[in-house]
Amino acid sequence: MTPLSDHVLPAGVPPPTAHHFIDLHQQEEAEKLGMWTFLITEVMFFGALFTAYVVYRNMYPEAFMLASSKLDWKLGGLNTLVLIVSSLTMAMAIRGAQTAKRGVMLWNIVFTMILGAVFLVVKYFEYMSKWEHHLMPGPSFDVEAFGAWGPQARIFFSIYFAMTGLHAFHMVVGLGIMTWVFLKARKGHFTPQRYVGIEISGLYWHFVDLVWIFLFPMLYLLGAHTTGLGH
Amino acid sequence: MSNTISPAAHQDPHRVEPDSGRETSTYLNNGYGWKSWLFTIDHKRIAILYLVSISFFFAIGGVFATLMRLELATPKGDMLQSDTYNKLFTMHGLVMIFFFLVPSIPAVLGNFLMPIMIGAKDLAFPKINLLSWYIYVVGGAATLYVALTGGVDTGWTFYTPYSSTYANTHVVPMAIGVFITGFSSILTGLNFIVTVHKMRAPGLTWFKLPLFVWAQYATSLIMVLGTPVLATTILLVGLERLFHIGIFDPTLGGDPVLFQHLFWFYSHPAVYIMILPGMGVISEIISCFSKKRVFGYSFIAFSTLAIAVLGFLVWGHHLFVSSQSAYAGIVFSVISMLVAVPSAVKVFNWTATFYKGTIELTTPMMYAVGFIGLFTIGGLTGVFLAIMSVDVHLTDTYFVVAHFHYVMVGGMLMAYMGGLHFWWPKMFGRMYPEFIAKFAAVTIFIGFNLTFFPQFLLGYMGMPRRYHVYPPEFQLLNILSSAGASVLAVGYMLPVFYLLWSLKWGKKASANPWGAKGLEWTIPSPPITHNFESIPVVTEEAYAYGSEPTITVGPGHQNPNPHYKDDPIV
Ligand SMILES: [Cu+2]
Repeated sequence: MTPLSDHVLPAGVPPPTAHHFIDLHQQEEAEKLGMWTFLITEVMFFGALFTAYVVYRNMYPEAFMLASSKLDWKLGGLNTLVLIVSSLTMAMAIRGAQTAKRGVMLWNIVFTMILGAVFLVVKYFEYMSKWEHHLMPGPSFDVEAFGAWGPQARIFFSIYFAMTGLHAFHMVVGLGIMTWVFLKARKGHFTPQRYVGIEISGLYWHFVDLVWIFLFPMLYLLGAHTTGLGH
Repeated sequence: MSNTISPAAHQDPHRVEPDSGRETSTYLNNGYGWKSWLFTIDHKRIAILYLVSISFFFAIGGVFATLMRLELATPKGDMLQSDTYNKLFTMHGLVMIFFFLVPSIPAVLGNFLMPIMIGAKDLAFPKINLLSWYIYVVGGAATLYVALTGGVDTGWTFYTPYSSTYANTHVVPMAIGVFITGFSSILTGLNFIVTVHKMRAPGLTWFKLPLFVWAQYATSLIMVLGTPVLATTILLVGLERLFHIGIFDPTLGGDPVLFQHLFWFYSHPAVYIMILPGMGVISEIISCFSKKRVFGYSFIAFSTLAIAVLGFLVWGHHLFVSSQSAYAGIVFSVISMLVAVPSAVKVFNWTATFYKGTIELTTPMMYAVGFIGLFTIGGLTGVFLAIMSVDVHLTDTYFVVAHFHYVMVGGMLMAYMGGLHFWWPKMFGRMYPEFIAKFAAVTIFIGFNLTFFPQFLLGYMGMPRRYHVYPPEFQLLNILSSAGASVLAVGYMLPVFYLLWSLKWGKKASANPWGAKGLEWTIPSPPITHNFESIPVVTEEAYAYGSEPTITVGPGHQNPNPHYKDDPIV
């Protein structure tokens, strides 16, 4: 494949192939592999926390059920739904780029960003309520609330905040990336021949969603809701 | 048979630009202002930025080491307080590992050479490459801040719960420094992986790659897979320290051994980040100065990958005395011993490369030969330590200190020095002075052995590491070690002077002063900014010594290098 000559493009002018690549194909291949490699590092980032979770859950299963019951599974479930839908709109935005439907692309980027923001707002309210109920690890943590399992429940909440906090940070970064994608898309930088930028941004977005798909059952659905333990 | 076709082929690679007359355009004279360096995206200039910054940190780490060896000259603690000594060995480890050894060969030699060796104009992501240097600088600034405001005393290993709960030194700023620098390493690794996969010149298949590139690739895999785990672990230590979240604090229900598992999951493979690139350099040097193809090319390539993979499965050998189950210990012990197999494959193949080669004992070759011997000692003592019963006796003694210094300093640092000399003419277009360079290499070799061999004996006799007072009967060996350290210090200072001297007064280097194979030797020294006038096409195997030179030149050209003619392997 040779670099696209600019005049073929219907809207906007994508930047030319960077000087150090042989052609556009090579550049796009490199960009895609770069994102996949980055996502592998992300797996390892979260992997350390998943390991800590598995270790402590096996050590203190009762404490984890007890502490999990303090999380609001309805809000967690809502957020799960929000992110799944956002993955759909993300995919549709890429489809819009591939089929040269500018409106579809731009609107779906906007929807994706709105859904991402909704997720963060819900998360904010969840965090606030944990803070008010003294469930935030730190000096104000209410160890008494969990009977003999106080310190172990604190470990659950430490892992909860570490994992969801790292995830929320990725969501914020994702919103930044989506803003960049939106601006590029509006300038016409994504065309059916050339949409790697939005495609790999989508990969990142799907990855962050996928992490949440694991976090939700691990943290919110530990069985306490069905056995009546806790509450 | 000559096959590499490149525009560089039309010019005589052995022609030295005349001193007078117009200046040829190179990456070095492409802009002189500070902006042309600090905002450069040229991988070669970024390599030079790294070279300067890691040399700076090497000097700092060396000062810490010097102070320690001075203190250890006498059995009593007469120069330093014990808490100062704790800070010294901590800062020495942190600076040398994260700010010198990890970036050394990858970020300097790898950055400079890897794109050229694969026939590319740059790494896949030049801006990310520059970013990784800036991240390194920020992490380094945090470290300097810590060093200047009182230091850390946890040991470079940050063991919990001491680091997370009890230490009252600058753990958090130092953790931030290590955390940040990790991203520099991750980005370098990511860049290298994509570059090797996607940027190879036409015809340059995986098994035609120089082994140096294989080594960089395997190292990058470890950087990308291991470093994030360290980052998260360090993050948890910081959270524990700031908010007492209990995750590593046994009094709060946490498990400090989990920290050790997570830490060594990175830090054992990190040992291979610190040795594999060196092995890559050694393959290049030995092949060039034996004027022979590396013996068992594919064995060395695969052993590189094998070390990278096995390296992720042995971290438990650091926990033999940390309440890890004996069964897990057995598994970790066996796999640790298995790493010796690919390592030995390399050593035997290098040795076999000498056989019937046309050996030239230049400075890089002296370092390479030194590497083989010292790495073998370091590696074999690693097998001792992998044996659980032996390790119980040797844990936390000077035997361990001597072991990893034989690998890190005797291995990686020798390789780095060898590589720096080998490619110095390519990087700066000047030859270093050979005689004094050889003298420095011998000095380093003697100083190194004098410093660290006595430590094997000390450790075997039971002297624990990390203490600044010791029983008087250990004094003789400690004095030998301190004396060796001063010889070593002289050995490391010499290159600073003569290499800097050579930049201005060194003999001008031709494109291929060693008669070496490889794409980097087909382009002028120093290279032009984009390395190649146009992308070369490669059809030749790596290390095709004994065949015609890689470059075709005009009719009637005689290759001035005699080794091509009397190479017995042809
Ligand atoms: Cu190890």
